[in-house]
Amino acid sequence: MSESPVLAAPGRAARLRWFAVRNPLFLAGLAVFVLVIVGAAFAPWIAPYDPHAIHFADKLVAPGTPHLFGTDALGRDIFSRIVWGARTSLYIGFTVLSIALLIGVPIGLFAGYYGGRLDHLLMRFSDVFLAFPPLLLPIAITAAIGPGLFHAMLAIAVSWFPWYARIVRGAVMRVRGELYITAARAMGVRHAWIMLRHALPNSRTPVIVQASMDFGYTILAAASLSFIGIGARPPAVEWGLMVAMSRSKFLEYWWTAAAPGFAIFVTVLAVNLIGDGLRDLLDPRHGSSQ
Amino acid sequence: MNTAVLSVRGLRVEFPGLGYTVQAVRDCDLEVGAGEVLGLVGESGCGKSVTALACLGLVPAPGHASGSIKLCGHEVIGNTERALGELRGGTAAMIFQNPNAALNPFFTVGHQLTHPIRLHRGLRRAAARAAAVEALQAVRLSDPELALDRYPHQLSGGQLQRVMIAMAIASRPRLLIADEPTTALDVTVQAQIIVLLRELAASTGLTVLFITHDLGVVATLCDRVAVMYAGTVVEQGPVGAVIGSPAHPYTGKLLGAVPKIGQGRGELASIPGQVPNLAAPPSGCAFHPRCERASSSCEQQRPAPHAVEGPHLAACHHPLAPTAAAAGAR
Repeated sequence: MSESPVLAAPGRAARLRWFAVRNPLFLAGLAVFVLVIVGAAFAPWIAPYDPHAIHFADKLVAPGTPHLFGTDALGRDIFSRIVWGARTSLYIGFTVLSIALLIGVPIGLFAGYYGGRLDHLLMRFSDVFLAFPPLLLPIAITAAIGPGLFHAMLAIAVSWFPWYARIVRGAVMRVRGELYITAARAMGVRHAWIMLRHALPNSRTPVIVQASMDFGYTILAAASLSFIGIGARPPAVEWGLMVAMSRSKFLEYWWTAAAPGFAIFVTVLAVNLIGDGLRDLLDPRHGSSQ
Repeated sequence: MNTAVLSVRGLRVEFPGLGYTVQAVRDCDLEVGAGEVLGLVGESGCGKSVTALACLGLVPAPGHASGSIKLCGHEVIGNTERALGELRGGTAAMIFQNPNAALNPFFTVGHQLTHPIRLHRGLRRAAARAAAVEALQAVRLSDPELALDRYPHQLSGGQLQRVMIAMAIASRPRLLIADEPTTALDVTVQAQIIVLLRELAASTGLTVLFITHDLGVVATLCDRVAVMYAGTVVEQGPVGAVIGSPAHPYTGKLLGAVPKIGQGRGELASIPGQVPNLAAPPSGCAFHPRCERASSSCEQQRPAPHAVEGPHLAACHHPLAPTAAAAGAR
């Protein structure tokens, strides 16, 4: 009774390469995002000027040779501020998503696995946070606990976690009736282990895809909050705040708003392309059939 | 009189619905003695699988079990989740009809095989892996080491069922509940699995509750057989006695419906009527609407099991007479 040999599965790197070549948009998004990460990581070496250094003599200089993206009303170099601002944006993205996942994933896991009354209780609790218009809840929360970047991030995370709870719940409910769950139970495996090792992995793909898409939106949402004055406060270096500070002058001095605005746009777009690509890459029904 | 590994007394399992209640199991009595192989047979939907799940306290929600189920003296019904965790896998393990779905496709065989071993035998990772290899050797899977690192989809149905049996026996339970373990496999593999189970039962003294609708399998594998109809055991006894000389008309019809090779192309025998709706089971003997021998007493009074001969019990008001062939065989 000998078994026929099993074909060796292609390596992860080979698969990724194969995929990337067929998805130029994913590759482009990845390239831009890597650029943002590199900018954030090596900001002190890349930025030609101190992002906080004020030179009233050089204020509102148009983009050109000494100042690539020009300077703002206080004479600060906009290019340097954008490079440093990448740090803030990445920090915002990761923090908001971490908080949202930390709240949303356990709620979805318990609701989906146990079902019934607990499910109702947890999901209706989550729905409360979905009932507010997207920016209104963060505004209300920051108004209550005070403005500031961390409070803004907390507020965004709190208004977003229900989406993750829903995704995880749906994925967990789909596997709850599987025979391998019953089989594991019949072997005396405990609920906690089944939840973590059988139910949770099933929600991994949709959560990763959703989170990668949302990464851009967190940057956008934080920028919006900064823009209306309840997110990052000066002298913090943040793209949304930069746009907000140029509010009174950008008609004459377009670069003060255009440069940070473009940075936000490009980063959010890149992250979205990555999210789209990941969905195809991680979902076996998409990728390989193309 | 405490040699029974599994003792089921007056088991009832009900599934409440909107305006009705399905009585999946109705006063089921079963006993499986140490080292015995008991075959539980019956048509689809007669409550075999639900009975098996109930033995491990795994009746799916919103079902509710009542009565008494004792595993090596430990009560299952109403026991705590913690105590049941010890019984499941440790005292009684279960294998299922469809081995392809019984393992999580996301994890390797080894990953899933070693966890229950660590749980019930308290072994560390390396020792558990060694025990897993040993169990795979016991079920005669070629290349156990290789199989451990494979994902379920890389193994065949027969190989997966061997893995499931290995998982079940690796924790050294007293009782193995096998819920139609060969139904999803093709005939030659079926035979191999049956032979394997028979050898395991003989060599390790494993007690087996074997659920099937295949009377041929029962005849080759089991010591005793219990026939289930509409959620209750209608006849049970030694395999030779029950199959050679069925006392309950349902068992007789069931045996008559087994097609035989070389019988010619005549019409296949079947049992007239339909399996009763368990939301509204018939009064008296559940089989009376389909039974030629039914009388008015069958309609009104539910027959209690009584001895036909020695350990051979049947729950029928008008049992079949012992056949000449069976009489001659004894």
